[in-house]
Parts: sequence; C-alpha cells; structure tokens
Amino acid sequence: MRATIVRGAGLGVLLFGMSSVPSAQGLAQQSQPDLVSGASEMGHEGALRWFNLTVDQLEYQFVRNGRDGLKWDFQADYGGDINRVVLRSEGTKLTGDSYEEAEVQLLYSRSVGDFYDAQGGIRYDLGNDPRRAYGVFGIQGLAPYFVELEALAFVSDEGEFSGRLEAEYDLLITNRLILQPNVELNVALNQVREREVGRGFNDIETGLRLRYEFTRVFAPYIGVNYERKLGDTADFADDEGEDKDAFSFVSGIRLVF
Amino acid sequence: MSKTSNPLGLSRRRALQLSAAAGVVSVFPGRRVFAQAASTYDLVIDRQSMMIDGHRSPAITLNGSVPGPTLRFIEGGEAIVYVRNNLSEDASIHWHGLLIDPAMDGVPGFNGYTGIPAGGTFTYRFDLRQAGTYWYHSHSGFQEQAGLYGSLVIESNKREPFRYDRDYVLVLSDHTDEDPSGIFQNLKTEDGYYNYRKQTLFDFFQDAREQGFGAAWDDRMAWGSMRMDKTDLADVTGYSFLVNGKGPKDNWTGLFTPGERVRLRFINASAMSIFDVRIPDLPMTVVAADGLNVRPVKINEFRIGTAETYDVIVLPEERPYTIMSEPIDRTGYARATLATAHGMEAPIPALRPRTLLTMNDMGMAMGGMDHGSMAGMEGMDHGSMAGMDHSKMGGMSGMNHGAPVGGNTMSNPDAPDAVANPPSEMTDSMGGMDRGARERASANQAAVGWADAGTLPGEKALAYADLRSVTTNKDTRPPTKDIEIRLDGNMERYIWALNGERYAYAEPIRVAYGDRVRLRLVNTTMMAHPMHLHGMFVELEDDTGANKALKHTVLVPPGKEVSVLLTADEPGEWPLHCHLLYHMAAGMMARFIVESKTASL
Repeated sequence: MRATIVRGAGLGVLLFGMSSVPSAQGLAQQSQPDLVSGASEMGHEGALRWFNLTVDQLEYQFVRNGRDGLKWDFQADYGGDINRVVLRSEGTKLTGDSYEEAEVQLLYSRSVGDFYDAQGGIRYDLGNDPRRAYGVFGIQGLAPYFVELEALAFVSDEGEFSGRLEAEYDLLITNRLILQPNVELNVALNQVREREVGRGFNDIETGLRLRYEFTRVFAPYIGVNYERKLGDTADFADDEGEDKDAFSFVSGIRLVF
Repeated sequence: MSKTSNPLGLSRRRALQLSAAAGVVSVFPGRRVFAQAASTYDLVIDRQSMMIDGHRSPAITLNGSVPGPTLRFIEGGEAIVYVRNNLSEDASIHWHGLLIDPAMDGVPGFNGYTGIPAGGTFTYRFDLRQAGTYWYHSHSGFQEQAGLYGSLVIESNKREPFRYDRDYVLVLSDHTDEDPSGIFQNLKTEDGYYNYRKQTLFDFFQDAREQGFGAAWDDRMAWGSMRMDKTDLADVTGYSFLVNGKGPKDNWTGLFTPGERVRLRFINASAMSIFDVRIPDLPMTVVAADGLNVRPVKINEFRIGTAETYDVIVLPEERPYTIMSEPIDRTGYARATLATAHGMEAPIPALRPRTLLTMNDMGMAMGGMDHGSMAGMEGMDHGSMAGMDHSKMGGMSGMNHGAPVGGNTMSNPDAPDAVANPPSEMTDSMGGMDRGARERASANQAAVGWADAGTLPGEKALAYADLRSVTTNKDTRPPTKDIEIRLDGNMERYIWALNGERYAYAEPIRVAYGDRVRLRLVNTTMMAHPMHLHGMFVELEDDTGANKALKHTVLVPPGKEVSVLLTADEPGEWPLHCHLLYHMAAGMMARFIVESKTASL
C-alpha cells in the first residue's frame, strides 16, 4: 500500500500552479490541488506530503536455549519535507506468552540539516512489567559513511531517565543482496528495580541480517541476533532466574511501502 | 515528399504527416484570418494505453497517440489549437521554446492561465514568431511523464540556409508502467530507490585489485564521508526509451532514397533522461539547436539534455543505419532506423560503459562558490538546503582531486561550459564532451566524470562551444547586472531548489523590460540540470563574438557553472525551472518576471 497521496477534488494537477506571491492582478482562483504539489498551497507546507512505512524487521527468532519469539521493528511516517509525524514500534513476543518487551512511539519529526531529523513525542510500553509512559526526544538520520543512526532520550512518568542508541549499515554485496549489521545499546540513569533495570548500560543487541531485495518493497532475510544484558540489569536477570543473554537465528521479511 | 517551399506542398506534406500520426487537421475557412493563414488543430487528451515492443502500458494520449501529432505551422502565421481534456483532472499544454503571448504559454498559475479543466476545453491562439523544431507538453502534475507531449515544427517563411530533401522528427522519450506520482514518492522515501547499479563489495574488490587496497578504501571513504554516491547519474530507472513512441523492438524507421539529404529533428521529450545520440558510420551535421539555426557543425554524436532539440542533416548511403540514443546511466537505449525499405535493420551497437562521477563533478574544486550561504541550517523554517555538507568537505582537503584515472588537470579550451570567470586549472570544469576520449589511453578504459560519454577516439562529440548562431545577436550591449541562480539539491531528502529555496517558498526573480542581464547558473549538485526559461532565448556566453548560440534550455553539468546572457524583452511571468520533471516537482523552479514595458519607461 504505497501511500496514495490523498486525492482531493480529483484534480491532481496544478502542480506548478499557484502563485507564491499574491499578485496584484489577482491570478485566477485556483481550485483545490491535490497531489504532490510542491507548488500548490503556496506559503505553507501543505501541498507536498507523502506516507512511508518501513518494516525494517519482521522476523521469527529461533532462540538457542530459550523460547522462540516473534520480533518486529517498524516506522511509519507522514508529512512533507520538513515536518512529519512518526509512528514507531518495536518489540518481541515470546511463543505462548505475552510481550517480553514492546513499545510504541508517536513523534513529531522535523528536519534539522540535510541528514537529520529531530524528534519529540511520547512512548508507551506494552510489556509485562509495570506499564510506563515516556516523553521522547532524539535524533534520527544518516551519519557520514551511510550509517543510519538513531539516538533517543526518554523520561518516564516516574521521572526516570534513559537513553538508546541504534546504528545500522547496508553493505551491498550485490545491488540486491544486502548485509545489514546493526547494534542497539540501552542506558539508564536511574535504577528501576521493579522493571529489572539497573543503572548504567542495560543491554546491548547486535545482529547481522542478509536480505535479498526482489524489489525495494519486498526483501526476505535470514540472520543472527545476539542480545546481552549488562551490569546491574544482568544481575537482576540472574536473580529472577532469567537468561542474561540470548543468541538466535532469525528469518523474516523487510518491507518498504 | 520532396522538399518544396510553397505552401501547397507544405500542406500536402503536413496532411501526410498527420495521417501518419493519427492526428486531425481541420481548416476552418470561415474563421477570421489574421495577417496570414491560420493553421488550426484539434487535440484531444485521453487516458488510454499504448503498445511498446508488444507490451501494453498505461498512457495519456493526444488524439490517441504518444507522442501527440506533429503540429506543423508556417512562420508569420497564426496558430489556433483547440484542446479537449477528457481526463478527470486538469491538464495543460505548454509550447516549449516558443516566443509567445504569456497568456498562451500554458503554465497553470502563470499569467492568469488556469489550465484546461477536467472534461473541458481551451483554445490556444498565438502568432508564430519564429521557425524551427519545437515541442509541446503538459505542465500539469506528472502528465508529461505519462505521454502528454508532441512535436511542433514551424516552417521558415524565409530561405533556409541549408538544403534537405527529407524531413523527420525524432521525439526521444522515456516511458514507465509505474504511476508517476508513485515514482515521486519512492524518490522522496529513498533517493536511491531506482538505482540498482550502486557500487558493491565486488566493485570494491575489483578497484582494490586495480588501484591498490589503500586507494580503493580512500575513495570509498571520501564519498562515504560526504554521503554521496558516484553512481547517481539518474534518479529513475525501469524506463522504456522511445523514438516517436516506439520501443527498440518496434524500431521506428525513417525511409530515404540514397543520395538524399535527410533532416532529422531530434527532440528530447523525456521526463528524466539525458541521451547520448549517434548514428554509427553516419556523421551528422548540426544545423539547428533549440529550433534556431546554427553554423553547421560536423559531429559523430551529441549529448541532448531533457527538453533540448537539435536538428542534424545526414547523407546516408544505400544501407540501413541505427540511430542509437543511450541515456547517460546506460540503463537501456532508444533505437530507430534509417533505411531504404521497411523491415531493414542495422546492427545495434553495444551499450557504452556508463561513467562514474568524480570529485570534480561534485564541484569540489569550484573556486568562488559561496558555500557559507548554502550550508546554514539556521533558516530551519524552510529546511534550507545545502547542496552538500561543507563542514564535511573540510576533511577532503587531502584528497587527490585528480581521481585515479586520467589526470584532470588539463584545461580544455573548447569546453561547452566555459564560464565568465574560469576557475583554476584544478577544476577541470572544462569537461568538453570529448575530453574523456582524449584522456583515455584506449577505448575500453572506463569513462571518468559526468562529461565523458565514452566517445571513441577520433570521433567528435558536440560541445556547446561548437554552437554559433547563423544570425548576428540583436543585442550586443554588455550585461548591466549578474543574477546568480544556484542549482541546489539535497539528495537524501530529494529536495531540489533554486537559490536554496523551493518554488513554493521562493520570491520571484524580477527584471525590468529591456534589461540586459547575465544569468549565472551555478550547479552545486552532483547531477546535471537542463535549465529552461520560458518565453525567451538566452545566449550561451562561451565566446565574446556576436554570434552567440541561442537556447531555451541549457544543460548545466554537475558542479559547474554556465553563464548565459538575456535581453528581457518579453514582458510576463515566466517559469524558470529544471526540466527534469521530478526535480521541478520537488521545488526546482522559480518565477522569472519581466516587468511590463511601461514600468521601466
């Protein structure tokens, strides 16, 4: 479902119409333009909007020495060149269980420079633990050497501070066979015992996924994923009799709409 | 169909042309006649489909065909064109390259024109003030990509400075099965969406073998640090490339009798493609550029930017010839044949290697560019667009600008893009189309740099510097002011702009009637932009003589500057834009206003 741009009034075309400056001669009234029109609705960013959905990960995880899981990570956004609305979600659901961890974020995103967007909004956790809502602030974009970067800071409704850094890179083996290493690191400024979160670095997750892009839209992949809890967080997991780390083979599809 | 100069012969030929193009010509004797006979045409816009190489593709048609009929007129007469729009959206027709009453220029939102409403009609009436090869196309949405374009030939009412026995129009275009607005969204989502020829790990290993690991690594790091891609030659792929609406297998064929001089009117009516055009074993003599006559130039090939036109004369012998048009990213080709009988074919040459961009194409060495004005992101309201992140460029100082192959330090005196202030020798801004050939030791060496078409050694490719108008320039005054028009882009976001501002937010450029100005087209991006000014011709400022070539569309190479002179003698609101359709849609357009005569008197 590649976004169709909302077709208002069915005319799609005054792409290059509309005066950016109200002219004294009074250009003829324009009818409502609809489509991707950088030039309609002059003077505010209303004309040129599009929708994007990238499902970066949608995979089954065959966990060694543990329960298998279903993992997802997607981002949908809508808007124009500068201002966009972002809906992001990631999480893991273990077989026969509720969510191990899952969250959804709703953010306002704004271009800051050629390559980065500043983002702010809310995050809500869906996991088993005491539910939390957070304020989110961060940055997402393309770092030098084509590294996709995401750095987010969270403050929970209990006043707890935490942060996350994610990096991803596409290594083109061929133009369709692409190896994607990624790493995610979580850090907390406050210990939250009831959520088994220690202070400092909580966990690191790293993966290597090999996808084949039949089209840009549809790319099945296989890969490996390794998660490891760190520091106090690892000790809390020990206390609860949980695994400190998990290695899995993964198989899934990446989708871009 | 011999060439005659009397109107009767002309109308007979026109009738033949039109029957071939499935067009309809109707003459209404009862209509009021202006100075000369008016030529009247009916055009009907429909959403239908077309066949390309046996494959059915959605299209917008004119009188049932893509391209639309060739409209033939006589200089000095009047054109009357009735257009019916059967689409469910507004449409428009713009007469590309014509000196015209602004109200008839056909761009919605300019000069009070509002387009042709869905299901409605519009009557165009305008005087034919010039002769030559022109074309027409939609200026609404992405209709041009879908097929709404055609050719327009105005016969001279004077004696032509060259002779020919036969006359063909060759409309080059690119066609896709995809919905053009979907293409635009894909580009917005990911600028490399259509590029399946990026450099890969295998390319890296090959480069490492050839140049050494260190050099290959440094090269990748240099491009990576800028987040730029040296394979970014074209934004869209998946095109069928057409000649007169025919695919390579359809093989549009023009017949000739040996001994005839054949005039070929090439029009690049594509949405996004720049073509390298040649006819193996058949030299061409260029006699007109953008519709206006130039002093004859004998060449083997030419590069034609989107929306440009070139007329050439050829003298084919008794054998078939392939007319080969390769887009610069070499993702396919348009093919046609010149033959003495239908069904004949000549060999189709192998596609030449595509070039890779170099640091010079990035404008890395352009002195005098005010990067400061580009980079600032403080003006965040409109997400000001730096063409590149120059803070990152600082780290490039240690780079070998000369690129590994073919040292780029030779200055080339006959460059197409000589600039008013020639940059330093480092720049190689003098990328004459035939530079690559002269630099390559052998023909099988890879092409280097945007300007390198892979021309064979000993062959001549047309350069702008070769073009000289046959008529003396009317206005020889020096320009009283320079207007810099920076061609800016942000690849990552697929934003394109002029002077750092998208069209929707830009202030118009204003000049007084009669002003003599220099337009400095400064390309800060790594893609070439065919810049088109409506309503007037500009003079290529590549020599100081009085026969500067006149153009309506000027191809500005990556990282280079091309300056042109303009006498602003056509009052009106004129679009100035990049003729790559998706660049224009993304904001690469400005309103160029020539004040009315009274304003300046």
